[in-house]
Amino acid sequence: MRRVSQISFQAADASTRQRTLRAYVWIVLGRLVGYAALLLVAVISLLPLAWMVSTSLKAFGREFLFPPQWIPNPVVFGNYLTAFETSNLARYFGNTLMIAVLATLGTVISSSLVAFGFARLEFFGKRVLFIILLSTLMLPGIVTLVPTFVLFKTLGWIDTPLPLIVPWWFGGGAFGGAFFVFLIRQFMLQLPRELDEAALVDGASYFRIYWRIMLPLSKPALAASAIFSFIHHWNDFLNPLIFLNSEEWRTLALYLRFFLYTEAGGGAGLTRWNLMMAASVVMLVPVLVIFFSAQRYFIRGVALTGIAGR
Amino acid sequence: MALAEHPATQVQKRRTRLFGWTWRETQGFLFVLPWLFGFLVFIAGPFFFSFFVSLTEWRFVGDLKWLGLENYARLLSADDQRFVQAVYNTTYYVVFHVPGVLIISFAIAGLLNRKVRGIAIYRTCFYLPSITTGVATAVLWFWVLQPNGLLNNFINIFLGPFGIRGPNWLGSTTWAMPGLIIMSFWTVGTTMIIFLAGFQGIPQHLYEAAEIDGAGWWGKVRNVTLPMMTPQIFLTSVLGVIGSFQVFTAALIITEGGPADATLFVLLHLYQIGFTAFNMGYASAIAWVLFLIILFFTIVQFISASRWVYYEGQRA
Repeated sequence: MRRVSQISFQAADASTRQRTLRAYVWIVLGRLVGYAALLLVAVISLLPLAWMVSTSLKAFGREFLFPPQWIPNPVVFGNYLTAFETSNLARYFGNTLMIAVLATLGTVISSSLVAFGFARLEFFGKRVLFIILLSTLMLPGIVTLVPTFVLFKTLGWIDTPLPLIVPWWFGGGAFGGAFFVFLIRQFMLQLPRELDEAALVDGASYFRIYWRIMLPLSKPALAASAIFSFIHHWNDFLNPLIFLNSEEWRTLALYLRFFLYTEAGGGAGLTRWNLMMAASVVMLVPVLVIFFSAQRYFIRGVALTGIAGR
Repeated sequence: MALAEHPATQVQKRRTRLFGWTWRETQGFLFVLPWLFGFLVFIAGPFFFSFFVSLTEWRFVGDLKWLGLENYARLLSADDQRFVQAVYNTTYYVVFHVPGVLIISFAIAGLLNRKVRGIAIYRTCFYLPSITTGVATAVLWFWVLQPNGLLNNFINIFLGPFGIRGPNWLGSTTWAMPGLIIMSFWTVGTTMIIFLAGFQGIPQHLYEAAEIDGAGWWGKVRNVTLPMMTPQIFLTSVLGVIGSFQVFTAALIITEGGPADATLFVLLHLYQIGFTAFNMGYASAIAWVLFLIILFFTIVQFISASRWVYYEGQRA
């Protein structure tokens, strides 16, 4: 903008001056429209979430008032207490947390090992194996759904959290896990080779190089993987739905579905939307906390894999 | 590779060998072994086993009955009306969802890429819905899409004066699918971030060159931005097609495939047959047909890629 106005001062004859003025108006208009559009998208993004929080604080029966009531009157914080009291919400929260943490731990440890192997070592068939690894990312998970169920049933793992955790300890061996190997490998490839060569000359083993040099340097990629993995497992619905049946191991995702199922069955008038939204907020809070405290890793992680598409 | 010539490694090379491999190679293999094991047990094994099961009738309890291609014949002969309906519904969803997500996130990323003040705040806002995917989002949108829910409140306020009233989204066979597609647009954040990173990787001098050649706004978008962004567009559309053919959570939670099977997706159909009726053989056949459909679209995209995807530094 500054450049345009400078030019307009220098402009000698009237016609160029008029042209630059018109260009200036266009630029300002374009900027305004751009900001308006951005603001609109931001509102669309946030409004449903705000609505969720707002509804979770409303009294029963006041959820559907028209025009929409954004600030509840009265504000009922007790909804959250009721949500915890009328169900085993705390237990489901704990289940989900345990599964997500253990699966994430396995993902980060094993994926970084495998990623190191692919990024830094040479061995027979490396290229072919890496292509296979990448192609599992494109293999639709649906084909293995039935057999993995059979496998875990045979092992007696159905209705335990094991099917949701153990595969993630095999570095990309679980479905979609290859994503994390890929992400960490891409990051490790960028690190200077001289580091491992120097360590090798000093007599360090490969495991030592991995543990003492590559892991500390790959922190951003590991953090991004941990965050993605945690959120993935926290939100996962299909796998818990198939592998867990009993109430004992129910996760938050399963509970929300169960709650909706039993409540909405009684007709929309009887559904306790406020409690349902309170439970949803409880499920969202950890994800939001992680997101806001580790935002830069997020954005970098997504960007890293996106650029890797080149 | 530079390592191979290093004296220190050559000493090691001569010293220890296992199955004719150098110790170095053995170590490399050991590092990727966890993945290889997981891949064989949890991916490759189940992959082939599911094809085998799809050729049988098996209800988990009792004997396995060999059927040959009968399950497939039943699927393809349109004997199973619900399967045909499910394939139609899923295709409907993919056809609107994938291009919609690409266009919307491209536009948003483009808006963000113009030296906007407070870009980080906008980026956070736009990405926020994406991390809330899953059941909580589905429950939220179940509520938003109610006849007197949030979406209809807005439609009635802004379009009401023109005589347009919000439909009963989830209760109507016509509107249930558009409702789910609108909901899916709420979570375009990931694609948007990938595009934004792509935009920022485009060298500025290309735009300057285009400007000198007299290109306007559209000329720059068409001749610089779009070609430079094709790798990202390709990546997101390939993964988008694979992912959205397996859409499931929203439908199971919000509509349970209804009303009248209007939102019955293939994966939902498979879930009902495989995990509530425990008809494993038939469910596996469904999985394989969907797999082949997805594979077909993926291959088509890869073949077409050489015509439209531009990789910098290597002309295809």
